[in-house]
Amino acid sequence: MPSLGADMETGKVVQWLVKPGDRVKPGDVVAVVETHKGAIDVEIFLDGVIDQLAALDQDMPVGAVLAQVLPQGAPQAPAPVDRLVTQRPGPTSPTADAGGRDAAVAPPAFAAPPPPPVGPTGRARVSPAARQRARALGLNPDALPGSGVGGMATLADVAQAAAKAPSAPDQAPGAAAPHTRASGFDAVQMRQAIAAAMSRSKREIPHYYLSDNIDFMAASDWLEAWNRERPPEQRLLGAVLLLKATARALREVPQLNGFYENGAFRAATGIHVGWAIALRGGGLVAPAIHDADRASLTELMAALSDLVQRARSGRLRSSELTDPTITVTSLGERGAQSVLGVIYPPQVAIVGFGRVVPCPWVVDGQVQVRPVVNVTLAADHRASDGHLGGRLLAAIERALQSPQDL
Amino acid sequence: MSAAPGRSQASSHRSPQGEGTPVNTTTTKMTYREACRQAIREALLSDPRCFVMGEDVGKYGGCYAVTKGLLEEFGPDRIRDTPLAENGFVGAGIGAALTGLRPIVEIMTCNFSMLALDQIMNNAATLSHMSGGQFAVPVVIRMATGGGRQLAAQHSHSLEGWYAHIPGLKVLAPATVEDARHMLAAALADPNPVLLFEHVVLYNAEDEIDPAVTAVDIAHSRRRRFGSDVSLITYGNSLPKCLAAADALAGEGISADVIDLRVLRPLDIATVIESVARTHRCVIVDEGWKSGSISAEISARLAEDALHELDAPVRRVCGREVPVPYAAQMEEASLPQVGDIVAAARGLVNPG
Repeated sequence: MPSLGADMETGKVVQWLVKPGDRVKPGDVVAVVETHKGAIDVEIFLDGVIDQLAALDQDMPVGAVLAQVLPQGAPQAPAPVDRLVTQRPGPTSPTADAGGRDAAVAPPAFAAPPPPPVGPTGRARVSPAARQRARALGLNPDALPGSGVGGMATLADVAQAAAKAPSAPDQAPGAAAPHTRASGFDAVQMRQAIAAAMSRSKREIPHYYLSDNIDFMAASDWLEAWNRERPPEQRLLGAVLLLKATARALREVPQLNGFYENGAFRAATGIHVGWAIALRGGGLVAPAIHDADRASLTELMAALSDLVQRARSGRLRSSELTDPTITVTSLGERGAQSVLGVIYPPQVAIVGFGRVVPCPWVVDGQVQVRPVVNVTLAADHRASDGHLGGRLLAAIERALQSPQDL
Repeated sequence: MSAAPGRSQASSHRSPQGEGTPVNTTTTKMTYREACRQAIREALLSDPRCFVMGEDVGKYGGCYAVTKGLLEEFGPDRIRDTPLAENGFVGAGIGAALTGLRPIVEIMTCNFSMLALDQIMNNAATLSHMSGGQFAVPVVIRMATGGGRQLAAQHSHSLEGWYAHIPGLKVLAPATVEDARHMLAAALADPNPVLLFEHVVLYNAEDEIDPAVTAVDIAHSRRRRFGSDVSLITYGNSLPKCLAAADALAGEGISADVIDLRVLRPLDIATVIESVARTHRCVIVDEGWKSGSISAEISARLAEDALHELDAPVRRVCGREVPVPYAAQMEEASLPQVGDIVAAARGLVNPG
């Protein structure tokens, strides 16, 4: 079960799109996993043949094995197999515990749990109390290690498993009860997940904040000229310029693009901007726009539209939830003038753009009315200092003064 | 036949001490035996309908010396020696209760009560029911129970669990001096037949008694020690063993909750569940045999009503399923001991 963000504890496979024997290659969508963020299309990052699949409709903790994949050309025998199918290996995956706790002992999120002890009936040995507690926490009781009598999984084992989860939002009583398959997302669960992630962020991350006002005239003029020549479906929004300018600026300041994990900052290898999308009915997701610094404005516009639509219908892809390396929130035309964000751990920064407003602006000693956008940076002081943050804002401003180069 | 082993226990207790002592004693320390005696004396003083009947309760003073001195104080009408015929004198007691008296019938040891089982089960326990509530049977039957005094296989068993099987009876098992002192009054006040099981080893137990406590209930179990890691559920002479085990466990860092059942029927399972709901681990300690026992009943109730509180299997430390042996070391081996309780509790808390 992939960790689709720091606030995810369990997920449920509601649909398999492959069957044993199917050939899969990296990037294929193999399953639909239901989370509080909606039904997520889960991609595979292995090359091989599907051997075994996990059961549908069971709450499984992050890290549980979803499927076994035989390497291409391997015999169909109980030879060593790659047990991981849904988690992109390598450093771009922001799934490990950002708090640095258990750094030495916590298994990677994709490690298979030790085989549960099994009784004579073939059922995992789990004490009744532990089974109930695990269910209430949304953990799979049959996947717990057992330290109790006869290898039985106990309440202590549940507590340990819950503590190991990336973050453990306490679910309200009954929240883990079987619910109807969500076509979108569960607003209550999402609220709880946001609460958990944001509380953790404010608890663990020493934020520092910077703010700057940017003359948006060049960008706005350029945008108007661009859109004037094009049919509506090809027009761009100002948000795309903000997105691209931020992504470009991050090339200059890579120290703000990455993750704070295990007591150290780790720079990401790509610039995958998590774009904050408000959902109807409340809630928020910030799925990734991959390699935003390299995509053209038209590509970014298409990606944004697609992402917003899928986020609101609850059909994001797993990589979009796991990959963001920084978050950008833009309040748009009806938003406030300024936003100071809360960092989504284990990221180290969030950039916020307010509404573009006409303001008195001094140009060559003269006061003029200019469209102005306020940009803020909230950054993790453990990973960077204000001087560096200031460089990012300056780079964003520079980029917005030359929109034709974006 | 029935009196022989017990007589040797009581032969030296013939002094008239205790006669004329005030009922509401200010003495703070007394034996379980003395507490039983004071309870009986108080009942005789306070209620003229009350009398004592049984084998050797009068001239001999009771085979465990519980009724010592009472014949002299209250006379042969109220302290009545009976023939060695349990079915007869228990039946007479039931008849007396039916006609309005408040008999305290003593059966020397519960093994002998088998002879009176027909009276207890088919009459005492049923008459209120069969008469549609027209008759009450307010008899109290005291029995000595349990092993540990080398009285061998016909005088040492713990049969209270059997009686707890029978609807219509109340079954009490005082484990403390305080309960020994005050349970009898509550039993006599109850319109139902009440069986009081006094453990033979406890008679010599001595404890402080709070003069401010003048009554106890016969409805609830009591926590005798607060703990958080494991519940020790017990009664009777296994209570002091459990408390000793809890001390030993505390030395290992294991905190044991000790519940004294006190009343085996009707069983106060709520108190047991409350304890297990905190500790999630349970050891039931009972001198009785395991099979079909009160420990089996408690275990079943936990499985029925508190399954999801259990974080480990229920463990039982019970009497070995043999007739209780005579030889001292064999008798000891056949009964639950502190080490057995400690081992069972430890095995639940720190398996490995």
